[in-house]
Amino acid sequence: MADPHTGHLADTPSTASTTRFAASSMLIPASAGVSFKHTHLDDILADRDPVGFFEVHAENYMGDGGFPHRALERIREDYPISLHGVCMSIGGPEPLSRDHLARFKALVDRYEPGLVSEHLAWSTHDDVFMNDLLPLPYTDETLSHVCAHIDEMQSFIGRRILLENPSTYVVFENSTISETDFIREIVSRTGCGLLLDVSNVFVSATNHGFSPLSYLMDYPLEHVCEIHLAGHAVQEDDEGETLLIDSHDTRVAEAVWNLFEIVVKQAGPVPTLVEWDSDLPAWPVLKSEAAAAERILDDVATTFLMGKRHATAS
Amino acid sequence: MQPHRERGDLDTAGFRAAILNPAAERPTSITGPNGKQAVRRFNVYRNNVTVSLIDALADIFPVVQRITGKSFFRDMAREFVRAHPPSSPLLFEYGHNFASFMETFEPAARMPYLADVARVERCWLTAYHAADTATLAPARLGEIPPDLLGDTGFAPHPATGLVRSKFAVVEIFDANRNQENVGRIRAGIPQDALVTRPGHDVAVTRLPDGQGAFFGRLIAGGTLAEAAEAGANEAGGFDITEAIGALISTGAFIAAETRDQQD
Repeated sequence: MADPHTGHLADTPSTASTTRFAASSMLIPASAGVSFKHTHLDDILADRDPVGFFEVHAENYMGDGGFPHRALERIREDYPISLHGVCMSIGGPEPLSRDHLARFKALVDRYEPGLVSEHLAWSTHDDVFMNDLLPLPYTDETLSHVCAHIDEMQSFIGRRILLENPSTYVVFENSTISETDFIREIVSRTGCGLLLDVSNVFVSATNHGFSPLSYLMDYPLEHVCEIHLAGHAVQEDDEGETLLIDSHDTRVAEAVWNLFEIVVKQAGPVPTLVEWDSDLPAWPVLKSEAAAAERILDDVATTFLMGKRHATAS
Repeated sequence: MQPHRERGDLDTAGFRAAILNPAAERPTSITGPNGKQAVRRFNVYRNNVTVSLIDALADIFPVVQRITGKSFFRDMAREFVRAHPPSSPLLFEYGHNFASFMETFEPAARMPYLADVARVERCWLTAYHAADTATLAPARLGEIPPDLLGDTGFAPHPATGLVRSKFAVVEIFDANRNQENVGRIRAGIPQDALVTRPGHDVAVTRLPDGQGAFFGRLIAGGTLAEAAEAGANEAGGFDITEAIGALISTGAFIAAETRDQQD
């Protein structure tokens, strides 16, 4: 995207493609991180103790060069990053784009992300890219497509990926499998890990009239390697009842914080990202959201020194 | 079997048609939960797709939006998005044909300079994301024997773009992008915009008369002699020494190669 924040960086070595990021580990701690946005770069560099890690949308760094790569290189020198794909279209029936896989792999090789993730959704049909995370029915056929795509992506990039549960607004009459069973089966067939978006659980539960706790009880928490939290917007459905929109443009709602606490008490502390993608706040606001997540993670951390997480996995 | 079953359990074709055309029916398999309707629910997807793509265009073409005003821009962008959705998931590649769309968009007819301003903005973003490649070293020209200089061609830097316009595109672009208050600009003055990224920052340079033809010929693969001729033919005051200086100083090229003289 057009970015007015060019030129804020001092010169960095142009040997970018061979940098090994000696100063920072690639491993992402079980602490809170935030989405990395260029508008916050100067604040982050000036902050002595920003957050535990940063996550970026892979597609924003698929250009050949220029400021985006210089900014991400600079961040990567000091922090581990999580690479979050938005456009692989894993959930669609069409073959994955080899070009997109190659671009994705190049980013993995260049930035050595601690975590790599994608969505249970689709966005491309016949070379038309719709720039949204579109839903799919849960059937034996779509399950085999999704698993084949995850196998292909994991083998192509040489890394295990985490799959994120979607937020949805509609359901499919031809779905025959519950979302949680669908996800559990994907993990079992592909060996992928899970990115649990707690906000998506809350949004979908509200929109479809089920209990978020019952979803979480059915969800394979033992495979969760990362959590997402984000703000949502409130609209109305056709019947005038609440319809939540996964908007990523505001603070995390109280109900989602409560669910998050329940999840980490059960699953143990895992890397937790506060996502904020539009109507970006000032850096201190975003940092305070991460701090709120960190407090909850810290509270449960002591419990899990005893290895409870692995006990619950069996 | 119903016809849509042939497409498999996920009707991506029907979904796509309904997403991009608000008058189209949504796929029959989509519904609300517990017997609820799905009109507003499906419209969330329509809205997400359309609005996010309009927002992407607004990010790529901020000067065009400033000139037209937000509401005009979004109406124009909405029509473009529905007629020309992106084919790549890389949204910074979107909108290469937005300028030519503007030329056919009737309400924009009273702003005939708009499309060329859009072309400059599209070049700007391409330059912003272009590969980090060293520009042609000034000493390189000195290594070429003078009698071969005319037969020398130049490889453009991946950031390099040229917009030749009948309108004052550089002035309009610069004023609307970089200044808080924009005074009156005489739009009818032809200007050639050279877009480069010699270091970290994108530069949009107004070329002196004749250099538009000169750079245009070089970027298209012509030799220095051909480019000099094109420049001189276009403008009486064309100065070849000045033009060669600009060839180096703008960073528009990365390599020089002298052609074999075989004729």
